[in-house]
Amino acid sequence: MRRILYLAQAEVLHILRDHILLAQVLVVPVVQLLVLTNAATFEIRNTPIHIVDLDRSPASRGVVNRLAANGHFDIVDTTPSVDVGDDHLLRGTATMIVVIPRHFEESIVRTGVGQVQLSVNAEKGSAAGIVQSYATQVLTDYAASLRPVDNESRIADAGSRPRIEVQARSRYNPTQNYKHYMVPGILVALMTIIGTLLSAQNIAREKELGTLEQLNVTPITRGQFIIAKLLPFWVLGLIELSLGLLVGKLVFGIPMVGNLALLYCVAAVYLAVAAGIGLWISAIVDTQQQAMFVTFFIVNIYLLMSGLFTPIDSMAPWVQKVTMINPVRHFVTISRAILMKGAGPAEIAQPFLILLGTAAVVLVVAVGQYRKRAA
Amino acid sequence: MTALGGLLRKEWFHIRRDRRTAAVLIALPVVQVLLFGYAIRTDVDNVRLAVVDPAPDAQTISLRNRFAAADVFRTVAVVPRITDLDPLFESGAAQQAIVFYPGFSRDLGRGEPAKLLIITDATEPNTGSLLQSYAQAVVNQWVGGASRAGGAGGGVRIVPQVRMRFNPTRESKNLFVPGLMAFVLTIISSMMTAISLTREKETGTMEALLVSPLRPWQIIVGKVTPYLAIGFVSVVLVIVEALLVFHVPLRGSVPLLLVEGALYILVSLSLGILISARTSSQRVAMMFALLGTMLPNILLSGFIFPLESMPSALQAISYVVPGRWFVTIARGIMLKGIGFEYVWRETLFLAAMAAVLLAASVRSFNERLE
Repeated sequence: MRRILYLAQAEVLHILRDHILLAQVLVVPVVQLLVLTNAATFEIRNTPIHIVDLDRSPASRGVVNRLAANGHFDIVDTTPSVDVGDDHLLRGTATMIVVIPRHFEESIVRTGVGQVQLSVNAEKGSAAGIVQSYATQVLTDYAASLRPVDNESRIADAGSRPRIEVQARSRYNPTQNYKHYMVPGILVALMTIIGTLLSAQNIAREKELGTLEQLNVTPITRGQFIIAKLLPFWVLGLIELSLGLLVGKLVFGIPMVGNLALLYCVAAVYLAVAAGIGLWISAIVDTQQQAMFVTFFIVNIYLLMSGLFTPIDSMAPWVQKVTMINPVRHFVTISRAILMKGAGPAEIAQPFLILLGTAAVVLVVAVGQYRKRAA
Repeated sequence: MTALGGLLRKEWFHIRRDRRTAAVLIALPVVQVLLFGYAIRTDVDNVRLAVVDPAPDAQTISLRNRFAAADVFRTVAVVPRITDLDPLFESGAAQQAIVFYPGFSRDLGRGEPAKLLIITDATEPNTGSLLQSYAQAVVNQWVGGASRAGGAGGGVRIVPQVRMRFNPTRESKNLFVPGLMAFVLTIISSMMTAISLTREKETGTMEALLVSPLRPWQIIVGKVTPYLAIGFVSVVLVIVEALLVFHVPLRGSVPLLLVEGALYILVSLSLGILISARTSSQRVAMMFALLGTMLPNILLSGFIFPLESMPSALQAISYVVPGRWFVTIARGIMLKGIGFEYVWRETLFLAAMAAVLLAASVRSFNERLE
């Protein structure tokens, strides 16, 4: 035990003396959190639309006013030509063209049905669906506000037609704030980068400097050595989590519905996984440079396939299976479940057990991989 | 010119002798596009639906069947009480729930509005909105089917005719694969040149190059050209992959896309050259090449996250990210089928970046000579 403490103390001194490293651990993540959270958003706001009003009647102006007043749309141009609208769509200066055909009002008065064409740039598939549903909602509301030709027939209609009053409730993120969704995930990304990269680099540096040889001839055992090496980074990771939660709360006002102690408990296990992977990398490489390269490659795959940026549910089925062995995926899920949904131990049991198992496997493999070698 | 020819030959030998590295350089982008092409998607389907039905009867089962028949939904649980939903939502087992109130069928039968509650997990806001509108559509269809006898007289209706341009099936792979091409190509290219030059420095052969009659611009041309060739092979391979594996449409001109791809590779290679000219060790060079290309190209190129949604400060920074311009070009040519008249501005930005980066690298070489 005393040996572990001495070695850990040496590590802490190393970290405190290295100002670049300290900045890397304390300043860079905060900056990353601020930048990433602002950048990583699929929020749809102020969709630029182009209106082609071929009717120029009170009814068509009503449509235009409703779209303008809706708040989701930003009318960039109104022309009587469909070609100009097409050009906007190709240039990317408009996301949707609304074409109100000639005789729109006449048709509404005569038949009660008017047609409007919506051409949506569907490059961004899901966004296009949402833009379209906003527009359809505006049109439906507007149609409802137009007095029907005959009041009695409407009442009669209501009687014969089953009506369902749908109440919609959006849970866990009622304000539709993307930042509330991203911060709990980005915290995990930052802990992964620090935990894995620093521990990988750390032991690779000892190899390069030759100080690993000195440690090899001390009476310290393999297990003790690894615990002492990982302990400081494990603590740093937890400090980092606290810092990130603080910034998330103060700057972005993220929700903290669940139990923070539970989150720290999972984080403690997760950091063992992250640091263990770093240790394993440092055992198979010879130089810090290789360590960095391998770490970046692995972390890159981990992050892009973790559900942090794009939902796991949307991935191809075989990729979803592959992501089951990605520890980042499980901690991102848990972090969001605890902070946003208030999940308790029972709800996060499955991903947590997988993390525990991963921690055990990774540490055993890493310890086995690292040998006291004479040469 | 013969001196330049000699350098080119020397570089070519380096690449040929180390075939494993060359193979990795060419294979890596292809593998990454394959992996991430299947992973980075945002399509919403296979929605895990829970149903709360306290008193099942013909009407509620008919609506439930309508949900079951819709391709998008998959019913995972039917529970009697609304409180049973909490663990399902919290563990992520359910993404959406429809809740029938007692008396649903009675109200329907009497012609009174029947109450139905749709609860959606909106942790991810866009998915939440989409699920909401999907469920609403199913309910509307069911009501429409049940009321066919009633007719549609009375109220005014405005019927939107919707055309989904450029990507009618709205599959997100068509959006992400072209962006992914930009992402993997830039990282590998800037790393190739960054390592090549710093290796000369570390092994001491840089001195030999500097005392040779080669002028700085010749050294740079000699370093860039062979890698431009390798990079171009990667461009062709990932485009073929996008077409054959992911069936992304290529509606525009193929030569234009190839030329733009080559220009983009040139920008990335130049960035690598500048990084290595300015740094002393392979380690630092690699770190800059990775940090300088990876994060900005994931976040500020519009590859995953739409630039329009970002704060204006970040949008301003994105102007100096080469990926931003190539992502726009690649998507435009492949999905919209647009020609040079629509992408000349983006092309100009890329060309200007290449010029500035190359000029800056030549200058940093000059400084070393003095």
